Amino acid sequence: MKTFKIGGVHPHDNKQYSAGKAIQQVPLPKQAIIPLVQHIGAPAKPVVQKGDEVKVGQLIAEPGGFVSAGIHSPVSGKVLKIDEAVDAWGMKMQAIYINVEGDEWEESIDRSDKLVRQCALTSQEIIKKVAAAGIVGLGGACFPTQVKLSVPPGKKAEVLIINGVECEPFLTCDHQLMMEHTDEIIVGITILKKALRVEHAIVGIENNKPDAIEKMRQAAAKTTGIEIMPLKLRYPQGGEKQLIDACTGRQVPSGGLPIDVGAVVDNVATVYAVYQAVQKNKPLISRVMTVTGPSVENPGNYEVRFGTPLNDVLAAAGGIPEDTGKIIGGGPMMGRAMSNTDMCSNKRVSGLLLLPESMSVRQAPQACIRCAKCVQACPMGLEPYLLSKMAAHQMWDELIEHNIMDCIDCGCCMFTCPSYRPLLDYIRMGKGKAGGILRARAAEAKAKAEAEKAKAETAAAKA
Amino acid sequence: MDLTVIYYSIGILGILGLLAAVVLYVVAQKFKVEEDPRIEQVEGVLPQANCGGCGFPGCHGFATHCVQSDSMDGLLCPVGGQPVMSQIAEILGRAAVAADPMVAVVRCNGTCEARPRNNRYDGTQTCQIVHSLYIGETGCGYGCLGCGDCVRACQFDAIHINPTTGIAEVDEEKCTSCGACVKACPRTLIELRKKGPKNRRMVVMCRNMDKGAVAKKACANACIGCMKCQKVCAFDAITIDKNLSYIDFTKCKLCRKCEEACPTGAIHAVNFPPRKPKTEAPAAPKAETAAKPAVATEKPIVAPKAPAAEAAPTAAAAPVVTEAPAKPDTTVVTSSVETAATPAAPAEPTNK
Amino acid sequence: MNKLIISPAPHVHSDDSVRRNMMNVIIALFPAYLVSLFFFGAGAFVVSALAIVSCVLFEYLIQRFLFKRPATIGDCSALLTGLLLGLNLPSNLPWWIVVIGALVAIGVGKMSFGGLGQNPFNPALVGRVFLLISFPAKMATWPTPAPLVKNWFTYFDIDADTAATPLSQLSENGVSAIAEVDFWHSLLGLMGGSIGEVSALALLIGGAYLLYKKTITWHIPVSILCTVFVFTGILWLANPEQFANPLFHLTAGGLMLGAIFMATDYVTSPMTPVAQIIYGIGIGLVTVVIRCWGSYPEGMSFAILLFNGVTPLLNHYIGPRRFGEKKK
Repeated sequence: MKTFKIGGVHPHDNKQYSAGKAIQQVPLPKQAIIPLVQHIGAPAKPVVQKGDEVKVGQLIAEPGGFVSAGIHSPVSGKVLKIDEAVDAWGMKMQAIYINVEGDEWEESIDRSDKLVRQCALTSQEIIKKVAAAGIVGLGGACFPTQVKLSVPPGKKAEVLIINGVECEPFLTCDHQLMMEHTDEIIVGITILKKALRVEHAIVGIENNKPDAIEKMRQAAAKTTGIEIMPLKLRYPQGGEKQLIDACTGRQVPSGGLPIDVGAVVDNVATVYAVYQAVQKNKPLISRVMTVTGPSVENPGNYEVRFGTPLNDVLAAAGGIPEDTGKIIGGGPMMGRAMSNTDMCSNKRVSGLLLLPESMSVRQAPQACIRCAKCVQACPMGLEPYLLSKMAAHQMWDELIEHNIMDCIDCGCCMFTCPSYRPLLDYIRMGKGKAGGILRARAAEAKAKAEAEKAKAETAAAKA
Repeated sequence: MDLTVIYYSIGILGILGLLAAVVLYVVAQKFKVEEDPRIEQVEGVLPQANCGGCGFPGCHGFATHCVQSDSMDGLLCPVGGQPVMSQIAEILGRAAVAADPMVAVVRCNGTCEARPRNNRYDGTQTCQIVHSLYIGETGCGYGCLGCGDCVRACQFDAIHINPTTGIAEVDEEKCTSCGACVKACPRTLIELRKKGPKNRRMVVMCRNMDKGAVAKKACANACIGCMKCQKVCAFDAITIDKNLSYIDFTKCKLCRKCEEACPTGAIHAVNFPPRKPKTEAPAAPKAETAAKPAVATEKPIVAPKAPAAEAAPTAAAAPVVTEAPAKPDTTVVTSSVETAATPAAPAEPTNK
Repeated sequence: MNKLIISPAPHVHSDDSVRRNMMNVIIALFPAYLVSLFFFGAGAFVVSALAIVSCVLFEYLIQRFLFKRPATIGDCSALLTGLLLGLNLPSNLPWWIVVIGALVAIGVGKMSFGGLGQNPFNPALVGRVFLLISFPAKMATWPTPAPLVKNWFTYFDIDADTAATPLSQLSENGVSAIAEVDFWHSLLGLMGGSIGEVSALALLIGGAYLLYKKTITWHIPVSILCTVFVFTGILWLANPEQFANPLFHLTAGGLMLGAIFMATDYVTSPMTPVAQIIYGIGIGLVTVVIRCWGSYPEGMSFAILLFNGVTPLLNHYIGPRRFGEKKK
């Protein structure tokens, strides 16, 4: 069975709490707060004003640039205001506040469950439709999907890789989506194949989900060019670069993009969203979230409209247990611990994990015993013990030399460290600093080149 | 043993040593680097801390620059200060340029009482990391995080986290204004300000740029951008930008009117003598301890709260609050009375 | 509800710990320890127990009263150092020499560099080599191994039989002296030697346990053993009159103990697989060179200490294979 070649760890997958739980709907909120930044790239620009009536699926903010995504109203009602909102980490952002009235949808949206297989659109039309639906990668990075689908000139996509790995412990939303919407996902894959003009698609699924592998296999047998590939359970298999390595054996070079090795990677949840956008005209207004944890009353998978307060989602799962110490947005390896639950759900939050206090506190760090377990675990082939020391001593240039920018924040080093050292804390800080330095250098070099060019031009003009 | 062996070895070693000495002398003369002897003199005067506070690589670099430049304008060794600079000027036979002595100021007064902690940080205790992760343990995204990046940056042991307030505090005696802490603070809280006559100065002890209500909710001592200070200032020293007041220390004449005008006590008058003996600075710590239980701060990250704070109920603190505004000039030095205000029901000691 | 706790990701941990790793090594040493108890009796117990107790005690005292910081004997690293030191000593060593060895191992070998994780050389080996150089006679006489009953009280009997190890016989008298050494005897441990090194089989069982528990990787032990086997094999094929056969070299002396338990010490061995293999090959070569041409009969400790010194260099120049790196 295939897997990626370098590093990796085996965290306990802990999926038993919410695995196999049918997707439930969370009731509509009274007020939806929809932030304008729900993706990587430029913030969206609102196209509604205070007092406007909006319907479900109506565009309320348009993309603010090439790398950006539009935002559609997940509810129907009246725009209350466009104002600052505070997210779960205390950061401020612009958001549209909508008072919910009823549940009135745009007429063009097909709300039936009927499977639509045929798709007569061309590649360009599909990409346009995906862009219009505001779809972003739902695996965690939230990169606008239409940008991924638009292959830059000079590059060629050879294989489409679908991420059904869900390597984060605790999370089960992608698994459940594959179980309940198998055919839709397969149709979605054929649409994406068409958009990218590739013949071959590989769906990577870890072998702790045998039911999903079987069901997807059966559905894929009805069409051609889709290979379901079981992968050996290993974290971080869901990382883009690791998944490409596991499925095709190609390794994306340092600083490169997947398209450099002819691969495009999309999450199953994204594929499902693409199906809905292209075949059903339904923009991205909701997602499936896992709400789980050892002491959660009703752990499960919930379909949540964006803008629903997280407190409502938590209430649907039985409320916050008394012993909760940490609430994590996402999985335990890469998710971010939240300082409050006043935020509203959005495209970025793939799950809520409630850890009891006993599991929330870190052990005191001890001296590094140079056991090299972090080096063995690092899936990018870095030396975390060294990087963290350099970052603590603020040796930015040495960090760049030691390829700190390759780090994918997966947390394997810190997970495996027997001395409980906060390796990733320092590496992440160092990465931020080193990135800033590199960007400044690039900008400086660019300015210098431009100045020289201008100089040469004036000299030429004089002559 | 044959003695000749010893004679031979002594002789050979002696000749070798002599040869080496001659070679070394010749080489030293031939490749001698002419260096202005004054550089060495100037370097001798410098404190040799090599802190880089002057903006040059180490004391030698500074000395070289001093000798090579034509005037003393803009050159200052922050560690040695004016005495050292006048000595250097003497060596170089120039007039010393008077520069105001500076001191680092941590512009935050969000004490544990004023700025309640609403979550618990459990990661690495580094301001940089906390700052890049989230807002911090309190509701204020601008205030001191109290993890001590500045403490670690300081080579002179001049800055420490005050265990009762959880905020970094500068030891004025030891501070050399080298600026290392300024660079270390991820929230740009620390500023080098004029030390002022008799060390007296006016400072807005807040960097919160939120709107007034938001700032006030996060911290009872926050600057809310109400512009009262700007109105009372007769010297145009106060500017308000992004809901935040700033006192230009080159224009400030230390009249203390802004301090009186400030409704939240964000403006501090440092090292001034008390105006009225009754509500002077020494009274402040008392009021502070009494006021403590008004806001139940469970575990301040730096150190436990003062032991006196246990039993005193909120009511006991209340008289202090009501008493305070009776006198127009009670907002002396630190946040003495404001701390009693809970974030839910802020009792502002306004000056009316 | 309590205040929420915030920390950067990851929020879960593998539950691996320094203590667990140390305990695994200690468990893996148990078969060899039992064999030595069987062959050397009370002496083996007294010497090893004394080494353990004094190592832990010295670590505690130095941390508590010299460094003035909380003692970390709970991580079991001093316990392991003591056990390894004890297993590297002859079972009839006087008690005061054992205590001096422990003091040097912990005090000089470990604490003088700053404690766990900072020492460039394996502390147990520092202690052992110090004793080897300081008390060569005492360190080179071993009691004759004999099954349980006979040897049980020999530690207290000054005139008990002593025997040379096969390696010292080889070094002094040439290949003919070891003609009678039975491969099976040396595999099981029926030969003279330090407490823990006699039974190659028991040590291999321990090594298998460590590999199974993923406490160590195969790179270092396998590269050492292969190098020794190949190098001595070539010598043996070239001149069987002068050099002993490779199987003898594999099972004799401290090679197994060193390759599996001493050279794999986390702190003093290189980080990356390639560097670990180079390190192992180096140790193997130096060991064979000392055994065949050196004045000491056994060279394992010296070889490991030498390559402990090379470790920082290997770490500096040989990084791990990076993701996406072009294969040459």
